[in-house]
Amino acid sequence: MNPNALAVSCQNLVKVYDTGGQKVTALNGINLDIPMGELMMLVGPSGCGKTTLISVIAGILDQDEGSCRVFDEDLLHMKGRRKLAFRAHNIGFVFQAYNLLPSLNATENVSIPLIINGMKRVEAEKKARQVLEQVGLGARVKAMPSELSGGQQQRVAIARALVHSPRLIVCDEPTSALDHETGHNVMTLLKEVALHKDRALVIVTHDARIFNFADRIAEMDDGHVVKVSASLQQISH
Amino acid sequence: MNHIALKMLMGDRGKYLGIVMGLTFASLIMTQQPAIFIGLMSRTFSFISDLGLPDIWVMDKKVQFVDDIKPLQDTELYRVRGITGVEWAMPLYKGLLKARLADGTFQTCNLVGLDDATLIGGPPIMLEGKLEDLRRSDGVIVDIDGAKEKLAKPALTPGGKTIPIKIGDSLELNDRRAIVVGIAKVTRTFQSQPVVYTTYSRAKSYAPRERKLLSFVLVKAKKGENPHELARRITERTGLAAYTREEFKVLTYQYFMKNTGIPINFGISVALGFIVGAAIAGQTFYNFTLENMRQFGVLKAMGTGNWTLLRMILLQAVLVGSLGYGLGVGLTALFGFAMRNTILAFKFPWQLLVFSGAGVSLICVFAALISIRKVILLEPAIVFKG
Repeated sequence: MNPNALAVSCQNLVKVYDTGGQKVTALNGINLDIPMGELMMLVGPSGCGKTTLISVIAGILDQDEGSCRVFDEDLLHMKGRRKLAFRAHNIGFVFQAYNLLPSLNATENVSIPLIINGMKRVEAEKKARQVLEQVGLGARVKAMPSELSGGQQQRVAIARALVHSPRLIVCDEPTSALDHETGHNVMTLLKEVALHKDRALVIVTHDARIFNFADRIAEMDDGHVVKVSASLQQISH
Repeated sequence: MNHIALKMLMGDRGKYLGIVMGLTFASLIMTQQPAIFIGLMSRTFSFISDLGLPDIWVMDKKVQFVDDIKPLQDTELYRVRGITGVEWAMPLYKGLLKARLADGTFQTCNLVGLDDATLIGGPPIMLEGKLEDLRRSDGVIVDIDGAKEKLAKPALTPGGKTIPIKIGDSLELNDRRAIVVGIAKVTRTFQSQPVVYTTYSRAKSYAPRERKLLSFVLVKAKKGENPHELARRITERTGLAAYTREEFKVLTYQYFMKNTGIPINFGISVALGFIVGAAIAGQTFYNFTLENMRQFGVLKAMGTGNWTLLRMILLQAVLVGSLGYGLGVGLTALFGFAMRNTILAFKFPWQLLVFSGAGVSLICVFAALISIRKVILLEPAIVFKG
């Protein structure tokens, strides 16, 4: 794959929500490129449109105007079943609230993306155990989410995002519910295990303690990307 | 994904059991109450069911049900016997009579008089004695429930148990002596009065003096003869009403359906059970889906399609529905088994299984549909909301 190939290319993205007759512009002409192999952080105040942007990038929300190409595919014009398959194959998710299924153990939770992609349960769980091993949870493969600490749950969520080898991982506030040390460990894990030249990571965060893990940081405000910085020092406050 | 659906369902034991219990309750009410209703209604024609031999019952045209006796003249029997296609025709007396008990009280009984020669129309099961013993002087056969309960002799000590009458004991029927020569098992009648069998001629002597005493003419059709056709011919030639056994049962059953409050009372009870069961199970299942909305959102975001989610919810509904139905029907069967030797009317035909199965399925489909609608309309982007 071309190392300069773009994982995500957003051009003039506009998204307007209609909240009870009142129009709220969440994205107001976003232009953003994210190349493969990059860890891009989206930062900005609450309500600036970060979550809306990763929802559009992940293909779970449609924009009103502009285009968002992910691996050169226009998700807006992709039909339902193909779009689902595209998401199932190419996107991994890490959520702020982990969003593990409480009635499934760690292995079963991690195996979900593989099962969605059509793999047999036994094989999927075998692969899930391998990935759990990779994220340092080899000893807790049968633990239920309620038996795991916050950091461990987020590791399970990372394993779930990685297990089907997606080319793009979107993370929503992955460290906000964790203490400093655990958050740092989770980011190290993401950077070391999840990031490589054939994959891009987009992380939405408020957590300034993890900015130093980013390759680039896109600062957002009021539905715009106001600045894209290449290093921590360049970030405006 | 089926495995995930089942784990999601059973993960929260409390809610899972709540849904199953709701459906069990609905299924129980939808089978137990109608089973009692069917049992009760079948008692209205139990006398007809117990008389297995005749194909056709002939009676006055104004008779509305089996206990609505409008006597015929004895000569009608010979007119019926003369009709082509009749194998045999026998007289039957059926009437209410007061029996004077040993303690001086009176008990109304159903007196049945059978043809003296053939004794056709006798009780289906003889527990003690023989049907032929009716030919002995003053002989009567009494049903076991009557013998143990309403016709029983008073206890020897105050507050003690009554003593069932037995063979050799005597009764007083309309100031005439009757000797018990047999004990029979008959299906309980609607009014649960004791049934006393005797011969036709003796029944006439027990019965109050009336010009006409023949209650029914029991007819057997010749081999190959269509009973419906023969019944039509008897009516045409004699001017009397003639019904096949099944038609007479329906006539009796319909009388009680139209003229008593039983169907509406049971109908209300079954409908309430259905509504309460549907409300409990439907709401619990719906709440269960609502609480799992975020999990469905996660699955949707990760690429699970609406059809797969629909299948998952249907599987969950089918599982809880089957369990609830099975438990409800099982409990009803246990109830019926426990009550088999009591006065309670209970009948559990296969049609009732189909009825309650359809009812529970309806509840599950309804609960699943309202849940599915929510899941299909769900925006997967909710997963990014904290």
